[in-house]
Amino acid sequence: MKDAWSRYDCGDFYDELISSPGHARQAARKLVSCLRSLGEEDFNSRQQLAESTIREMGISFTVYTEEGNIDRCWPFDIIPRVISKRQWDKTAAGLEQRLQALNLFIDDLYHEQKIIKDGVIPEFVLKQSANYRTECEGVTPPYGVWAHISGTDLVRDRDGEFYVLEDNLRVPSGVSYMIENRSIMKRVLPEVFESVDIAPVGEYTEKLLDTLVSLSPRKVKNPSIAVLTPGIFNSAYFEHAFLAQQLGAELVEGSDLIVQDDDCVYMKTIAGLERVDVIYRRIDDEFLDPEVFNPKSVLGVSGLMRAWRKGNVALANAPGAGVADDKVVYAFVPAMIKYYLDQQPLLPNVETYLCYDKRQRDYVLANLDKLVVKPANESGGYGMLIGPHSTRKQREQFADLIKAKPRNYIAQPTLGLSTAPAIVGRGDLGPRHVDLRPFVLQGKHSYVTTGGLTRVAMREGSLVVNSSQGGGSKDTWVVDTDGGRK
Amino acid sequence: MLSKVAERVYWAARYLERIESTARLVSSYDKLLFDLPRSVEISWYNLIIINSLEQEFASRYSVKDEHNVLKFLLADDTNSASIISSIDAMRENVRTTRDVVPEASWELANELRLYIEEHIQQGINRRRRHEFLDHVIKSCQQIFGMWHGSMCHDSAWHFLSLGRNLERADMTTRILDAGVSAFIETRDEGSEVTGRQIIPGHVLRSLNAEQAYRRAVRSRVSAGEVASFILENEFFPRSINYCHESIRNHARRLPGGREFVAQMQDLMSLLAEIKVQQLDGKKMQAHLNNLQLSHMNIHNTISQTWFPLW
Repeated sequence: MKDAWSRYDCGDFYDELISSPGHARQAARKLVSCLRSLGEEDFNSRQQLAESTIREMGISFTVYTEEGNIDRCWPFDIIPRVISKRQWDKTAAGLEQRLQALNLFIDDLYHEQKIIKDGVIPEFVLKQSANYRTECEGVTPPYGVWAHISGTDLVRDRDGEFYVLEDNLRVPSGVSYMIENRSIMKRVLPEVFESVDIAPVGEYTEKLLDTLVSLSPRKVKNPSIAVLTPGIFNSAYFEHAFLAQQLGAELVEGSDLIVQDDDCVYMKTIAGLERVDVIYRRIDDEFLDPEVFNPKSVLGVSGLMRAWRKGNVALANAPGAGVADDKVVYAFVPAMIKYYLDQQPLLPNVETYLCYDKRQRDYVLANLDKLVVKPANESGGYGMLIGPHSTRKQREQFADLIKAKPRNYIAQPTLGLSTAPAIVGRGDLGPRHVDLRPFVLQGKHSYVTTGGLTRVAMREGSLVVNSSQGGGSKDTWVVDTDGGRK
Repeated sequence: MLSKVAERVYWAARYLERIESTARLVSSYDKLLFDLPRSVEISWYNLIIINSLEQEFASRYSVKDEHNVLKFLLADDTNSASIISSIDAMRENVRTTRDVVPEASWELANELRLYIEEHIQQGINRRRRHEFLDHVIKSCQQIFGMWHGSMCHDSAWHFLSLGRNLERADMTTRILDAGVSAFIETRDEGSEVTGRQIIPGHVLRSLNAEQAYRRAVRSRVSAGEVASFILENEFFPRSINYCHESIRNHARRLPGGREFVAQMQDLMSLLAEIKVQQLDGKKMQAHLNNLQLSHMNIHNTISQTWFPLW
């Protein structure tokens, strides 16, 4: 594989492993020299081993198509993405700071709304936010925390800095793949683990369990915890089952739960009804409780909101936490950090133009071919315009959309997302754009994963990393280059 | 334990047992047909009759030959009792109960499914059929063995055992039933090797019971002794009696099963009074038919007791 590595050139993007053609970054040096030394055949057989491991471990995700739902094997590239521990520690501190501020913000919104009264965020932004739930006003969840689990999307621009792209405070997924990617890598490249100080990732589920236990309304030693899934047809069902198993929690669907007259939640067991203390819900707000939200929902549980408002059950994440997922709200996060914590943000936002503001909107409309336009309340990479890759017709369509509902759109400069070497054919490597989704927990304490899930846009030049749209993934190594092996 | 999870665990075990018994049945049939004199007319189609699948078979195939029968039993995904459908159903049930069954179940279920998908043609063609069936049987035993040896013997284990034993008991009645039908249909022609001599031994082999039978009965294989062994033996894990007792014992450990246990007890007492050695062909068939109905009742009561719809 020597030649492929020597030939590898990422152009003017920041590359995660290679600093200039033929030179690896310090944290990746041992990895790259090991990979260089593998023969082409050996290398290919390791990629095959990874693929058969994925099939046997049944690591899959569901794609919705017109012909029905297809269970696909998890796409995985065996070349890890490496981040130095020193850089990661700074990033992790920034993520913790950010989630802390966001939680203070959500709690403020559902109580006094000081941040609006003090003029930091305009009132109409809140009034028109799709995920603001009046049903949550006045509720105080444990520790004042609403978003217990966030999956923040980070990207690196050409300057090599991490920027926050999205916060994802509703039901972020991917953490199981982060953990499984590591177990695949241990089978595929065991020799590298011996010589490099790679921080483990497996403790996440323990920390998640601690977080969930800390939310229990009944102060009992082993509160009853359930993972609420929409069911087997959901694209993240693999993850729901994986987490329930790792947590020792019950994996439940809405029909397994019932709210009784005492406003407590019970699950239907072989020995009758059993009280549930904490629900890690993986279904969206709108489907949680047909009594309050979408009356047609069959995924949820009637009365769940009643039980939660009374404090008889903890919901993670709390209903209404998604208000901060609004991309207009996102633009105000640096201001929130200053307002609530009186600190400078440690992690920058991507520069964001708010279309509701006339001056910014005019700029956006004049520069659609250079910008990325996003709807304020979509996730999964849907409904976006990527200016430089768009047609005139698409730009006209988006111009109309923006003019009709300016509050619903934001725009950002097209970033030069960092690249990492990926296998692009037999024995050949090519630069592919990557992002990073670390997971942040907040309950009684807070926690950030070491690294996170690296997603790769497998098509050349593409910026779309979502697995539903042809994205792949890589293991993410946080490597300590300062200390030696202890 | 969630009722729904209990139900899925129960079905996971039933499907897994079904795969093993189907593989075993095909495998022993393969060997039987080599032994029988050409004058004896026993066809592969009997396997369809044993499993009460005549209608389903007729809706798909007109020729009742070896190829079609095997295709239907092993590879036909529109036949819900085929090996390929059963492994899919088993895997779905494991997938939806990953929080209670051991972690390795999921990986083993995937491996078995991949193996079956990739090698199913081997099972249909005769040359490497044995290798295929042998692998499938061993994989099923590996999963059952792993469950037995590594999971907590708590409620989930009891539901697995209920499912496995009920499926076993039902399959045992079917294999015995097939033996009885074949026995009735074959004339005793007085030749050296006759169907009547071969069939009881074949029934034992289908149930992997030959060795156990010889040790317990200590006499030559005869139809009456075989029937008695298969129905009544208290130690052989595929005998009807053993399966029933096992179902009762596991149910005793589950909450709220008192009525069900009483029902099992009644059935067992009733069966103990029947002198099976004295049942001739037609009466034996009626008896086996009744047993199959009892098994349906057992399933219904299990469902009503532990998997209610609320």
